[in-house]
Amino acid sequence: MERITLEFPAAQPARGRALCGVVGSGDLEVLLEPAAAGLTTVSITTSVQGMRRVWEAVLARILGAAPLPATNIEINDFGATPGVVRMRIEQAFEELNAGEGTTR
Amino acid sequence: MPQAIELSRGATWLAALTADARCASGYPASVRVVDAPLAGQAARYIAVVPDPDNRFPRVRKGEVGLVEGWELARAVREIVAADADRPVKRPIVAVIDVASQAYGRREEACGIHQALAGAAAAYADARLAGHPVIGLIVGKAMSGALLAHGYQANRLIALDDPQVMVHAMGKAAAARVTLRSVAELEALAARIPPMAYDVGSFAALGLLWRLLAVERADAPTGGDLDRVDTCLVEALADIRADAARDLSGRLGLAPRRMSKQVRERLRAVWQEG
Amino acid sequence: MNSDELLRRKSFIELGARERARAVLDAGSMRELIGPFERFVSPWLAQQGVVTQADDGVVVAKGRIDGQPAVVLAIEGAFQGGSLGEVGGAKIAGALELAAEDNRRGVPTRAVILFETGGVRLQEANLGLAAIAEIHSAIVDLRRYQPVIGITAGTVGCFGGMSIAAGLCSYLIVTREARLGLNGPAVIEQEAGIEEYDSRDRPFIWSVTGGEQRYRSKLADAWLEDDVEAIRDSVRGLLRQGLPARHLSDRHEAFLACLAQLDAAEQARPDAIRARYQKGL
Repeated sequence: MERITLEFPAAQPARGRALCGVVGSGDLEVLLEPAAAGLTTVSITTSVQGMRRVWEAVLARILGAAPLPATNIEINDFGATPGVVRMRIEQAFEELNAGEGTTR
Repeated sequence: MPQAIELSRGATWLAALTADARCASGYPASVRVVDAPLAGQAARYIAVVPDPDNRFPRVRKGEVGLVEGWELARAVREIVAADADRPVKRPIVAVIDVASQAYGRREEACGIHQALAGAAAAYADARLAGHPVIGLIVGKAMSGALLAHGYQANRLIALDDPQVMVHAMGKAAAARVTLRSVAELEALAARIPPMAYDVGSFAALGLLWRLLAVERADAPTGGDLDRVDTCLVEALADIRADAARDLSGRLGLAPRRMSKQVRERLRAVWQEG
Repeated sequence: MNSDELLRRKSFIELGARERARAVLDAGSMRELIGPFERFVSPWLAQQGVVTQADDGVVVAKGRIDGQPAVVLAIEGAFQGGSLGEVGGAKIAGALELAAEDNRRGVPTRAVILFETGGVRLQEANLGLAAIAEIHSAIVDLRRYQPVIGITAGTVGCFGGMSIAAGLCSYLIVTREARLGLNGPAVIEQEAGIEEYDSRDRPFIWSVTGGEQRYRSKLADAWLEDDVEAIRDSVRGLLRQGLPARHLSDRHEAFLACLAQLDAAEQARPDAIRARYQKGL
């Protein structure tokens, strides 16, 4: 198991929170919560060791593009591929935008 | 009572605690039901013991199988029904030495899960009706067998002995299922208290009311018998003095603090607003 | 079923635990307790190098069913095979305990349990087992007041100590894909040999422990298509029936009579079990 923390520039604090995915084989759980303006912090716990570079690259692609809301992102990963990681994070941001958090 | 060449611990302790009283009639050889006194009052003692001639081929070494589950239910419900209109309910002592539930095609096909539910429900209903239910672990107390026979007790007592073991799955099977070696499993068990197999670690989780040292767990001395009997009497008094008829007494020690916190949090947010 | 109906069907099995709970409750009534953002995670997994899930694989969803107060306990089968650890187990037991308390002060809270579980989480062994015993206790308590409905839909099914919990429910709903049994097939094969139980023979496994077999053996009360509407309707219908005259777990005489007639020297045949239980139960 490995823990990785990454930071990315971001815009205004996100409004609301969102959850996506499950910690199942080949999948991951993504929790999004508001953070202070300007910074998105991603805290990853992953079952697969030695993939830091891959996480950096995948997250840079998703979060480094258009300025997204500032969030604290928690990822609990059980061996998802970059494609699945991207899908779950995008789903989570979509939920955020749709204004429905998953829990009240 | 039929004598096996070597009695199981369960059979040995049942006989010792009841001064060799006769088994109630009508029960199979694998489920021994003895009505005998506890603290001078009428009580029922129940044990599951090996029956090498069991009709069911996978239930010949003391496993809790289909018939055993339903007969445990019958033995308990009989007492509950008999005492239904009495203000003082008879104690029920589960003498526990059950290495496992039965594994087999007949067992699954006939719904062994339902049979064990029958037993668990009977013990739980007895406790809710006010019967003091005491579980005395004298040997193995494993998995589904324990859930059916003993785990619904108001109070759990165990002998402090290397052969006394409480767990969800035997080491070899658990190792296979978790894709580890037995040695790896044992190493984990040494630093993760809920995974440990020894009864001392089990006691440290707060699930036991008492852990009792005895001289000879296999063949109790007179002193051993006195000690256990005294403990049963004390457990009985403790139960009768307790207004609660639930299992909340098992939440007292630090390793289960999350179990307590979850309940506290649920209570705090249960009502809306 | 015509193609219109097929298209309208919404799969329950494809939903995760949270969405299943939402689907069972009255629309818009769901309020999750100790949700993932509270991060009540397993205190035992990280030190074993196992990644935790924020809700520990159990969703506690309060809400209404048919307008009446209800709580749905949904186990996430995708996380550690739906196995129960300390926290997830406490969420289920604690919620059932509070539901029983509600009833004692006149609030008719009923419970639905979504069983997608292999039983005890072996990484938490004795705390998982203890929690399951507390779940059993709480079901028996609550079912004195309100029906406790169990649903096992698949794909994980319901095994281990939680199959006993399913056996304690007032009513049990299964689908074709579901399995309900005490011991996992692999473990039975290990203990009893491949002749006795071939864990890789899927038709065989379903013929013994599958939803249809259980329903036809009167060990389940409803056997449904994998369809959200069908499951919702069934839950409401069963709740409206109220408590059964006798819980299945209380029918020891009937079961003992059936078993007494069984020739245990012969291997079990699913069709024979169905016939015997249909007659005797």
